[in-house]
Amino acid sequence: MTSNKPKSSIVIIGNGISGITTARHIRKQSNVEITIISDESPYFFSRTALMYVYMGHMQFEHTQPYENNFWEKNKISLVHKRVAKLISEKHMLAFEDGSSIVYDKLVIATGSKPNRFGWPGQNLKAVQGLYHKQDLEQLEAWSGSIKSATIVGGGLIGIELAEMLHSRGKKVHFLVRESSFWNAILPEEESEMINQHIRLHGIDLQLETELKGIESNEEGRAKGVHTTRNEFIECQWVGLTVGVSPNIDFLKNSSLETGKGIKVNSFLETNLPHVYAIGDCAEQTEPLEGRQPIEAVWYTGRMMGETLAKTLVGEKTKYVPGNWFNSAKFFDIEYQTYGTVTSTPVYEEEQQLFWKHPKKNNSIRLSFNPSTNTLLGCITMGVRLRHSVFDEWLTNKEPMDSVIKNFKTANFDPEFYPTYEKELTMEWETLKRHNNP
Amino acid sequence: MIVTRQKGSLLLGASGLILLLSTLVFTPQNKLIILSASMLMLVSGSLIYFKEVYGSSLSGIKNNGVWFNALTAKGIWGWVLGMTLTAFYVAIYWFPEVLGFNSNGTSSGFVSLFDPLSYVLNGNPATQWFLYGTLYTLAILIFGVKFIWKYRHNRYQIIRTVSVMFFQLCFAFLIPEILGKLNPETPYFAKDLKNMWPLNYYFLDQWHLKNMLNGGNLGLVFLGTGLALMFLISPILTYLYGKRWYCSWVCGCGALAETAGDPFRQLSSKKVSVWKFERWMIHVVLVFISITTIAVLWSFLSSNKSMSIISREQFVGGVVVFILILMGVLFFWKKDGLNKDAKYTLLSLGIILIAVLSIQAFSGEKNILFINSYTLQKWYGFGIGAAFSGVLGVGFYPILGSRVWCRFGCPMAAILGLQQRLLSRFRITTNGGQCISCGNCSTYCEMGIDVRAYAQRGENIVRSSCVGCGVCSAVCPRGVLKLENGPLENRINSENYPLGNTLK
Repeated sequence: MTSNKPKSSIVIIGNGISGITTARHIRKQSNVEITIISDESPYFFSRTALMYVYMGHMQFEHTQPYENNFWEKNKISLVHKRVAKLISEKHMLAFEDGSSIVYDKLVIATGSKPNRFGWPGQNLKAVQGLYHKQDLEQLEAWSGSIKSATIVGGGLIGIELAEMLHSRGKKVHFLVRESSFWNAILPEEESEMINQHIRLHGIDLQLETELKGIESNEEGRAKGVHTTRNEFIECQWVGLTVGVSPNIDFLKNSSLETGKGIKVNSFLETNLPHVYAIGDCAEQTEPLEGRQPIEAVWYTGRMMGETLAKTLVGEKTKYVPGNWFNSAKFFDIEYQTYGTVTSTPVYEEEQQLFWKHPKKNNSIRLSFNPSTNTLLGCITMGVRLRHSVFDEWLTNKEPMDSVIKNFKTANFDPEFYPTYEKELTMEWETLKRHNNP
Repeated sequence: MIVTRQKGSLLLGASGLILLLSTLVFTPQNKLIILSASMLMLVSGSLIYFKEVYGSSLSGIKNNGVWFNALTAKGIWGWVLGMTLTAFYVAIYWFPEVLGFNSNGTSSGFVSLFDPLSYVLNGNPATQWFLYGTLYTLAILIFGVKFIWKYRHNRYQIIRTVSVMFFQLCFAFLIPEILGKLNPETPYFAKDLKNMWPLNYYFLDQWHLKNMLNGGNLGLVFLGTGLALMFLISPILTYLYGKRWYCSWVCGCGALAETAGDPFRQLSSKKVSVWKFERWMIHVVLVFISITTIAVLWSFLSSNKSMSIISREQFVGGVVVFILILMGVLFFWKKDGLNKDAKYTLLSLGIILIAVLSIQAFSGEKNILFINSYTLQKWYGFGIGAAFSGVLGVGFYPILGSRVWCRFGCPMAAILGLQQRLLSRFRITTNGGQCISCGNCSTYCEMGIDVRAYAQRGENIVRSSCVGCGVCSAVCPRGVLKLENGPLENRINSENYPLGNTLK
């Protein structure tokens, strides 16, 4: 039993980007006792980099942003255990091994877990998602016996898995429910660009195709999948990447209020005093306008951590993230977005300016408010843009004419790269003539 | 099909290499035929192989399997290659007779195989150094083409690689050889213009200065250009573009590291302790090279009064003034973020200053501070010039990474680095809050800079060791890093929070 902690201790469950950011920022401002609990890994690593470990770009150690002695040096205790239960009336966490820890303030940052939708065979061997370090280890263990693999779900993790398996010479079947890859987020042209790119890499991309069930061999391992196209695909491994949901099962019988995630107000406070939730597992009860209650991305996790740290050192602070931004990489094509661009915009509210290189995978899409002609957001493929410039333009509601005129200042491509400002300006002039003939 | 062609080209290249190395044990009758045949097989085999490997897939980052490969992940093949390269360097430096070199007569074997080429270029039979220069240049050209294929989507990488290939082929290899042939009467001096002091540590040595001064117009041009590079051109270019203008665009050591060394860039250590060691090392190297050079110049002026345009007292005075000006500039330029580095540099300059004054006060005609100055230089030539830059620097590519010499030992990189850190427009900009801490940048930094540590804080990277190769920017999956030159204000932008949050 380790339940004789001194006063004023902060316990954080989860050593992902949210929990770690909280701890680091508390430590910058205060000497309070900090303990981070994780069952997944002894030290913080970058989840987004797991794919590069499988692909042989990096070793697992490279995904750890801090050297192992960093934590001791900064007096942050790490506990490598799994929490079984929150006993909030005693300010206590019970571990699965029977021990426990008490807290003054508790931060829950347990992230997500992969979704499973009750498909026949979803619990067979060699059927898994990719989220935790253990998922990667499992995949690595199966890897030698995989000749072909099926991935179900056309999101960011799905395409990452496709790239991973492809890099190790596996035949990849990629089942996507939508009519085009990630087209809830990506407009038609960008989405189609990615479809083609995926196929060019030799991936069997099957659009408008869903999983019906997974077939087992005599050892209880997946040997193939049935699709809604009534096709049977033989494979030795199935990846289920149909989204993630908050990883909060251990809180089921606690008095913590949960919906899809742990309910928090704009101060990241739960219904229980001194208990906070941040990152993927938190569900905002009053999200900012235009933002989702659960935003399971790296950056929001980081920002919630920064914000909560302020509160925890005594300066109560509201979580107010700035302009939306995100990025990803689809095989060889980089994607960046700032502000709002809808995949199918309502014409009166949002118009879009689109330029694409005639041959290459480079494109720029700017969305703007047609009544005021001010910038709303952008999506680029294969073009890097400067965050600081776009952030300023979005905050200032920059007029489109000025955005186009100064677009060069937002260019973040490496030196000597071909530029596209001229083409973009021409597209803009054409669109303006079209709008005001 | 692709695999067959890959295997076929590998076989072709390997046969060329075996034919080439067979001259280690026998001296061919017709050197021209064997040399051409082996070179043709080696070059075409490897070029076809690289084209098959990189040309047959879509353009993009090609790091699949780097850490699974026994050659690139310090496995058995890495060690075998490392030992082989080291053995080659040991032979070149200390046992050239193993390669067939005969200092008293006609060489044989491997060295003599290169006679035909050597006669064409410089009119003399090949020496072990000619052999070395040829293979060195060849490696940069072949692996340069490979690097260009690998990064064919990235214009910065393409242009930079063409640049190092050009400078190696023309400035380091062809021009010096041909100038030697055209001026057979002039005494020897280094004719690689870009190989300036202190990378060429003997540039200001007595014998070298004498040879340049006695080398007619050519000698004076090289002396003048060398001095202009040191004191004018290099500081200006480093101010404008950072030390990359030299280290990853021009330098021959850099050229080899960036091309042949590229498969090993990920092996550099990123530990904080190693960084501390590096900082300590570069300052020691800087102090040492400055003092020995000043000492050598001082004794040149002492013993060659007729050839000198200034007296040794004037020289010492000039050096003292120069260092004081440097210290003054540093003192007034240093900013809050630079305090620690600026202090280290000030301290180093102070030590040099004291040493210079002691030389003037306590030295005789031949002895510098009671040590023969040439003994000092000889040790340096052995310790740094040969053992470090060659054996450890290149021989250990597959074990320690490709830039060990550049990072810990190169006096040129040390000087350029200090300027880059303290007074240059160059930086690697971090793109707001876009970093996801994945670590590709740090992993593939050949200089062992933990790029991610800055990027994840939203802070620009301003490090003296950065050679500006641009690979961190290339491998970043989220478009976070950009090498650029800009105003000195806010070059280091340490803010509490990366962009994205509304906190201040």
